[in-house]
Amino acid sequence: MPHRPAIRIVLAKLGLDGHDRGLKVVARILRDAGMEVIYLGLRQSAESVVAAVEQEDAHAVGLSLHNASHLTLAPRMVGALAAAAIDAPVIVGGIIPDDDADELRRAGVAAVLGPGASADEVVRAVRDAVAGRS
Amino acid sequence: MPGRQTGGDSSGGDAQHAAWREAYERSELRDVPFETMSGVPVEAVYGQPPYPGQYPYTRGVYASMYRSRLWTMRMFAGFGTPSDTNARFKELLRAGGTGLSTAFDMPTLMGRDSDSDWALGEVGRAGVAVDTLLDMADLFADIDLSAVSTSMTVNGPAPVLLAMYVALADQNGVARRDLAGTIQNDILKEYQAQKEYIFPPRPSVRLITDMIAFTTADMPRWHPVSISGYHIREAGSTAAQELAFTLANGFAYVEAAIAAGLAVDDFAPRLSFFFNCHIDFFEEIGKLRAARRIWARWMKERFGARDERSLLCRFHTQTAGVSLTARQPENNIARVAIQALAAALAGTQSLHTDAHDEALALPSERAARIALRTQQIVAHETGVTNVGDPLGGSDFVEAMTDEMERQAEEIFAHLLELGDGSVIEGVYEAIENGYFVGQIADSAYRFERDINAGRRIVVGVNRFTEGNDERADDLLRVDPSVEEHQRARLARAKRDRDARAVAESLRRVALEAADPATNLMPVLIDAARAHATEGEIVGALESVFGTYVEKTVV
Amino acid sequence: MRAESIEELLAGAPSGERRVVGRLISIVERDGDGAEEIAEWAHARSGRAHIVGITGAPGAGKSTLVGGLLAVWAKAGRRPAVLAVDPTSPLTGGAILGDRVRMDSVATGAFVRSMATRGHRGGLALAVPGAVRVLDAAGFDPVVVETTGVGQVEVDIVGAADTTVLVVAAGWGDAVQASKAGLLEVADLFVVNKADRHGAHDARRDLDLMLDLGRVSGHEDRRGHRPEIVMTTSTTGHGVEGVASAIDEHRRHLVESGERARAYHRRIALEVRDRAQALLVTRVAKLLSSEDGRVALDAAERRAMTPAAAARAVAARIIAAPDRTSPEHDRS
Repeated sequence: MPHRPAIRIVLAKLGLDGHDRGLKVVARILRDAGMEVIYLGLRQSAESVVAAVEQEDAHAVGLSLHNASHLTLAPRMVGALAAAAIDAPVIVGGIIPDDDADELRRAGVAAVLGPGASADEVVRAVRDAVAGRS
Repeated sequence: MPGRQTGGDSSGGDAQHAAWREAYERSELRDVPFETMSGVPVEAVYGQPPYPGQYPYTRGVYASMYRSRLWTMRMFAGFGTPSDTNARFKELLRAGGTGLSTAFDMPTLMGRDSDSDWALGEVGRAGVAVDTLLDMADLFADIDLSAVSTSMTVNGPAPVLLAMYVALADQNGVARRDLAGTIQNDILKEYQAQKEYIFPPRPSVRLITDMIAFTTADMPRWHPVSISGYHIREAGSTAAQELAFTLANGFAYVEAAIAAGLAVDDFAPRLSFFFNCHIDFFEEIGKLRAARRIWARWMKERFGARDERSLLCRFHTQTAGVSLTARQPENNIARVAIQALAAALAGTQSLHTDAHDEALALPSERAARIALRTQQIVAHETGVTNVGDPLGGSDFVEAMTDEMERQAEEIFAHLLELGDGSVIEGVYEAIENGYFVGQIADSAYRFERDINAGRRIVVGVNRFTEGNDERADDLLRVDPSVEEHQRARLARAKRDRDARAVAESLRRVALEAADPATNLMPVLIDAARAHATEGEIVGALESVFGTYVEKTVV
Repeated sequence: MRAESIEELLAGAPSGERRVVGRLISIVERDGDGAEEIAEWAHARSGRAHIVGITGAPGAGKSTLVGGLLAVWAKAGRRPAVLAVDPTSPLTGGAILGDRVRMDSVATGAFVRSMATRGHRGGLALAVPGAVRVLDAAGFDPVVVETTGVGQVEVDIVGAADTTVLVVAAGWGDAVQASKAGLLEVADLFVVNKADRHGAHDARRDLDLMLDLGRVSGHEDRRGHRPEIVMTTSTTGHGVEGVASAIDEHRRHLVESGERARAYHRRIALEVRDRAQALLVTRVAKLLSSEDGRVALDAAERRAMTPAAAARAVAARIIAAPDRTSPEHDRS
């Protein structure tokens, strides 16, 4: 019986921003694509996300950022994972201007999903990011 | 009697028309011709009673509606340091504005100081940072607080910011009774949608009743709560859920204030509302008309309000930020125009139009100006302001209004059942058991799936996508040095104050928070005056009230 | 990092290193390469942790209670771990695992692991004891297993714990539901949550009544004590310390009465049974798709044999010819 383990992804919002509509929709999209979504929700820190990724042995991290703090918070997340020697790609969604998206990718973010990304694009971004690491 | 084109009036209808006419004639009118652009004179109202200004106010809260006064065109300002925003305020005042609308940054909205770990990357970004009374003083420097109306969009730490505002007025020698303005202060929708809560629901509502009692006694020109459906809709609810959850929250505050010993007609006239205006034109108009009717009925029949002003659901409207697309952002100008028109046709008292680049970043100055111009075009060029409730009497519009009301009443019945006959207990229970967030998440997901499956067309997103590769330019950037600057300022403020007085004031805040019979506003004002920081005061309250953690997931 | 050897991982495990323990659980859960080695390592070192099963209907307040217990235990200098089991979507095989939201693993230092109900080789009944043993061996104590307690497998899993806690919310008829699911019989401790709500005393009374019936029917004798009922209000944290001390009290009772050894005995017996069944299920499937199996199926189809006789023939072959390769490691 072939047995391919499901992708496990940690979803979180970093910082104080409370807009979780997008994150909740993405959680359902990924569940419906057969993934195991570890949902951390609001007000997470890089530290609490690292703890979750380690304990859950997750393959990837999805962040939702809506408050113009993405240039500070997303690279911080990438750095915290690297410092813990965790090789899990970070995928960022939210209100991210094009120039900033380029900067985030340079900072090591695996994929950036803008508002209006379709369900297929979301699933593909996660699968590609995970496949690129293993 | 021109203006009544549809027949079949009873004599009661004639009496209502006469009453309406009398009220209309008492009203002062704007000095503009009430006629079409081709010179055809138009009536102030058409169709059947009850007319605008008549119970249950489905058709509008005033007899003469926009013939007397257009809606307030309220635009939001706030960014960077308090001095940056103060400069913007003064510019607005010079341009003839009288209302200042303040947007705070995320740390301030969450009760955290600029030097907190949580504030990293967020200071002065989405609004202005206020840590101490000194910042409040900078924000309103050289502005006469008795001559302006100030709107503060803040919820969790609302009592602390109001306390700072009052402390500033005291310091400037402005009488509290002369302070005019609004503070959003609608905590229940935070647990349901926007998630900017700090304390658990019950102590948070106690803070709100303290503020209602305090402003009722000391600040009669202040609106202590703006009951907001806007964020519920942005989080993904349907129109009827937005309507029902918002009004239920309103009923909950009324119950709480009555339970705290206030008379309904003493505070209800100063409650106001804030709704979303989304893109489904007639559904939105039906929703807003239904809001007025439901509020009037419940206030009269359930809460026994006698003062007519207690029955009026007066509301601010904002176009739907969530309807704006990041792709082909100029298309958003058309969306905003349509939504603004719907809000005007539904009789809003004030309106904020979104900037078309908001799906990408904070609004640029140019985009914000286009948004303002959009509502000016609706107000001054289209002629829709000549007639009160111009769509009233349309079978479709009346049916949508009835349907919105029906769905809302179903939700009220559910909440009353959960709360054993009490709306506020039902709301608490529905927060705890995840009813609100679950309903909203279900609606949001259904909507998203419809778009993905192509059952619902969003122009530029899943159809008509040519031109999507263009990159947006000209976006607003906040100077990152603002954060450093504000932290340094806060460090100075902490160094220069009397540490013993601060500690004593915080001790008293905690002490009085533990006694539910005490109104907390006076002790909060004392703490603000001692230059305790927002984060310190919130921390003192948290030490007694606890911190709320959302328990429901998806 | 995913290339670390099992030896390297096991070297880091006793210090409870989060990343290592997380990885070991994955390997055991998915029965990947090295699973057998890890299981041997873990089994040899396990037996110290107190295993607490916590169950109750969705929305009863289990996760919030667990979150509160973690804080109490952390304050007492203990190193708790949680295995939180959440349902898998039957349609897609995906899951949203959200119980961590109520548990602050950073502040309490607790190890929290979420598990979907499906997607494990051999099923939940094997995945949970495997993971619990890794946590036990890594030095965590107590180890909490939290499930919604719907379905027999979940009831078995929490019932096999040293201390089984049933959480019911006041005013929702949870007690009656729990009684139907067979949870009352396995519970050692009852928590009535939302004690501030009316209906709390009714729930307490209902439970007392059912325990009285249990005494009549002999359940209480088998359990050896009458379960305590603790009232909590999870929204304020009221009563959580009472739950923690009731769990400790039960632990003392188990040790003193020798019941802890019996619980261990039951747990091992259950797991050996489940594993043996899983092995046989795999062998049966394998045999049916082999030449011998096809012969038996064919005979039954031609009506040369009854289906029962064909089944006996298949079973006889399995008994006669033991499979030398462990089917658990046959990954293709």
